[in-house]
Amino acid sequence: MHVAIIGNGIAGITAAQRIRARQPDWRITVISGESRHHYSRPALMYVWMGHMRYADTKPYEDGHWERQRIDLVRDWVTRIDTDAGRLVLHRGDPIAYDRLLLATGSKPNRFGWKGQDLEGVQGLYGLMDLQRLRANTERCSRAVIVGGGLIGIELGEMLHTQGIHVTFLVREKSYWGNVLPGEESGMVNRLVRAHGFDLRLETQLAEIVDDGSGRAGAVVTDGGDRIECQLVGLTAGVSPNLDLVRDTPVATGRGVRVDASLRTNVEGVFAAGDCAELATGGDGPGRLEQVWYTGKEQGEVAGDVIAGSERSYEPRIWYNSAKFLDLEYQVYGRVNRAVPGERSLYWEHPDGRHAVRLVHVDGTLIGVNVMGMRYRHLVCEAWIREGRDVEHVMSHLADAHFDPEFFRRHEADIVPALRAAHRGEGREAAA
Amino acid sequence: MIDARTLDYDHDEESVLFTRPPVAAPVPDPFALQTDGTTFRGISARGAAAWALGVVLTGFYVLLYWFPAYLEPLIRLADPLSHLLARKDADQWFLYGTLYTLAVLVFGARMLRRHRGNPYQLLRTVSVMFFQLGFAFLLPNLLKALHQPEFYFTYFWPLKPDYFWPAGYGMGWILDSGKLGPFLIVWGLIMSFLATPVLTYFFGKRWYCSWVCGCGGLAETAGDPFRHLSDKSTRAWRIERAIIYPVLGFVVLTTALLWIDHLTSHAVFGTAAPALRRTYGFWIGALFSGVIGVGFYPLLGARVWCRFGCPMAAILGILQRTFSRFRITTNGDQCMSCGNCSTFCEMGIDVRSYAQKGEDIVRASCVGCGI
Repeated sequence: MHVAIIGNGIAGITAAQRIRARQPDWRITVISGESRHHYSRPALMYVWMGHMRYADTKPYEDGHWERQRIDLVRDWVTRIDTDAGRLVLHRGDPIAYDRLLLATGSKPNRFGWKGQDLEGVQGLYGLMDLQRLRANTERCSRAVIVGGGLIGIELGEMLHTQGIHVTFLVREKSYWGNVLPGEESGMVNRLVRAHGFDLRLETQLAEIVDDGSGRAGAVVTDGGDRIECQLVGLTAGVSPNLDLVRDTPVATGRGVRVDASLRTNVEGVFAAGDCAELATGGDGPGRLEQVWYTGKEQGEVAGDVIAGSERSYEPRIWYNSAKFLDLEYQVYGRVNRAVPGERSLYWEHPDGRHAVRLVHVDGTLIGVNVMGMRYRHLVCEAWIREGRDVEHVMSHLADAHFDPEFFRRHEADIVPALRAAHRGEGREAAA
Repeated sequence: MIDARTLDYDHDEESVLFTRPPVAAPVPDPFALQTDGTTFRGISARGAAAWALGVVLTGFYVLLYWFPAYLEPLIRLADPLSHLLARKDADQWFLYGTLYTLAVLVFGARMLRRHRGNPYQLLRTVSVMFFQLGFAFLLPNLLKALHQPEFYFTYFWPLKPDYFWPAGYGMGWILDSGKLGPFLIVWGLIMSFLATPVLTYFFGKRWYCSWVCGCGGLAETAGDPFRHLSDKSTRAWRIERAIIYPVLGFVVLTTALLWIDHLTSHAVFGTAAPALRRTYGFWIGALFSGVIGVGFYPLLGARVWCRFGCPMAAILGILQRTFSRFRITTNGDQCMSCGNCSTFCEMGIDVRSYAQKGEDIVRASCVGCGI
């Protein structure tokens, strides 16, 4: 039995390891054009800023793959022949497979802006983007980043460390305003501006202007402003990478459509990670999950199913964490999702760099948002899973504290503030 | 439907692209919190500057131990300070102590600025500065001035094994120096056999290795720019265990033999015990701990002695690994394997291999630096 996996990101590689654990004798081949070995894509910014070398971002020693007898092929797949069960490669000989896992990841969005294919315009996704960035920053004093989210702030920080002046064009009213609630998003706005970034909210890209030599020389906003720049970063979200799949019988929507066990409509073909669109019942649009841990969990399920052990993918209670420059952020559960009847209890430190928000429906906790402090994942997840009352959460808030020793604890300020807010809600409801 | 530009991309994974700075990178602020430029700058990336510094440091230690006459001009410069603190002319060891303490204080100040938002780092850095200045420099010199034993309260057996060696090898000169002697011996006993297990139980070995010990103090301050140079491979871990426990065995054996020798008036082993002691003193005390331990900072990181040689670390490590309550935990399943933890672990622990599985880090070598 030969399993071929296209893509060596966290989804593909996790599946490979699971299959090997369950099937000691199967052949497993992981194919990637980007790199020979699996590496941590979130660490790209650290390689750029000189915190780590590329080799440091590999979660496993190179010899690990040989010991696991997982074959690594560094090549691009140019065509999938699902009838023949064959992959055509760019350089090497075609590879025949019995089972195929599509783990092709995603691509930065390009929304058809004029000039989006000029030189000096790029996203930030993989190693090739670091190479492009090096070339694109050679004679760059000013950059414009389109899209205010997690990749945007990373790219902004990377360019900032080189002394490049950065302008953000953010469509929303506030930075990452479609995910972060208002107060927390406002915190990020202030932070970004305090670090010297030019943050333009409610502003969209209209056009990227050619400097005359086929390179980006300026952008024009939807408000008509012209901003001279030598680099344009496209960080307005990512979409599943379907380049290989479009010409095949594999059904796609926004991503590769899969069922609960990550099977596509084609026998023996599976998909996992950023590229997969999870069916949500019927023929309607499915769900995309585009973070590291969901790739890992989907990879585990896909690996088990391919190896013959039936199971369904059951998403955990949502969580995510990130850093906006030096401001840490964590979210557990549903925050800012417009859940019917949802209310928020919010506390913010006077320094404007620490905050916590409890989101609840009729007193039952559904989400936690934290800025500038560290909360325990498993504690918050348990509170939400067990449907704890916010009273209980507030009484036990200290259980979630995960900051290092000697850090100032804020529960003495937080709990009374949240309790007061909760009582205030009760009065509103009674009125 | 494949973007041809994508196919043209062909990088060599070991390419210099990922180790040279982006063009036009400004000079990083050495006091910056971020570790920007660590892999680019020669001094922190085993470049020419690092090698030069390594040669200078190694050379200094070689002169210090075996050719102190060449340091004469520097030693004389330290005379005024030596007269002030110890009422004596300076010797090479006073010069050494002065430079060492100065390094801990100056680079300690850099650490305080670098970690100005982190209470753990601030407290810990102040702690090592305090113990180095107070207990490993001022107090021993004051004791010298008062014609008492030049005793280092923060060092004890087996790191400073002579404090438990009989007669002329250590305890003799401590006891001979008057009323203070027995107190100092008892102090050493308490530290080695009572404080060590108790404090390690509650706090792990970091109570000593990154909060008190002078070797640790220099490593955490002057050694800070070199944290990432430690070897994280499983091969290095095997070598670590293959060396550090035999060194412990060596010092235990030497101690035992010296005592047997002393109590039986050299009847059993003849000249073997003194020879063993000299061998230990040369290879472990001078070469390993001094020359390689500090001389190789810019090439192998600041904890080579601590990780591969120190017998105190070996004992503390066994205690930490087997019965301490100290744990470094990871936060649920948040790890996305970026590698910063492993990269900057000065002890060469592959922290990521634990973190990405959501496991606690329980390793003999962890000194709880908190980076």
